Amino acid sequence: MTMLHTVNKSPFERNTLASCLGHAKSGSAILLIEDGVFAAVKGTAHEDTVRGAVADHKVFVLGPDLLARGMRPEQVIEGISVVDYGGFVDLTEQHDKVQAWV
Amino acid sequence: MKYGILVNEGPYQHQASDTAYQFAQALLDKGHELFRVFFYHDGVNNGTRFAVPPQDDRNITARWSEMAEKHGVDLVICIAAAQRRGLLDEGEAKRQGKDGNNIAPGFRISGLGQLIEAGIQSDRLVVFGD
Repeated sequence: MTMLHTVNKSPFERNTLASCLGHAKSGSAILLIEDGVFAAVKGTAHEDTVRGAVADHKVFVLGPDLLARGMRPEQVIEGISVVDYGGFVDLTEQHDKVQAWV
Repeated sequence: MKYGILVNEGPYQHQASDTAYQFAQALLDKGHELFRVFFYHDGVNNGTRFAVPPQDDRNITARWSEMAEKHGVDLVICIAAAQRRGLLDEGEAKRQGKDGNNIAPGFRISGLGQLIEAGIQSDRLVVFGD
């Protein structure tokens, strides 16, 4: 069984990303949405953590939420895939369960 | 694929109501079925027809109502959460002795059993919240 985890808060605001990474099985998918997209960009204090997550999980970021916050796909950490809402739907289809870390 | 959506956050609060709507629209565009959207906690405030957002802003409630009309989506508001927050349909207003109701078109008030049923009937239950 594979699981998709969604994280919707910035790692600078809440520790839900850390909780998610502490529980997510290796190989599961993590989608960063809403303020969660701040974890996806290069040059932050959380970059090393997220690079570690990318090595162990499939990590995605919601493109429209990235753009809404003035960030571009080029600023995203290597290995993270940018998806739109249709891609979000596809991810929920490809995984058996969806867990929201709110 | 059959989807259920749970919205736990009020409109114009953070982004959950918007993300839930965009996700719902995207899954309908892909030809999936949306079995039900269940509004819980502050999420019940998505269903008041008395909200009047600025004209150049999105109208979150009207958007849900349009989706319900166009796609036949079942929009269910949790009764206990609604009563705490002053959201009533005609029957509840009468039962509670209130002088009016404020539920928006396409929404209905019911119990948590509807959330459980959505979880059982849907292939995926996707949660949007605080």
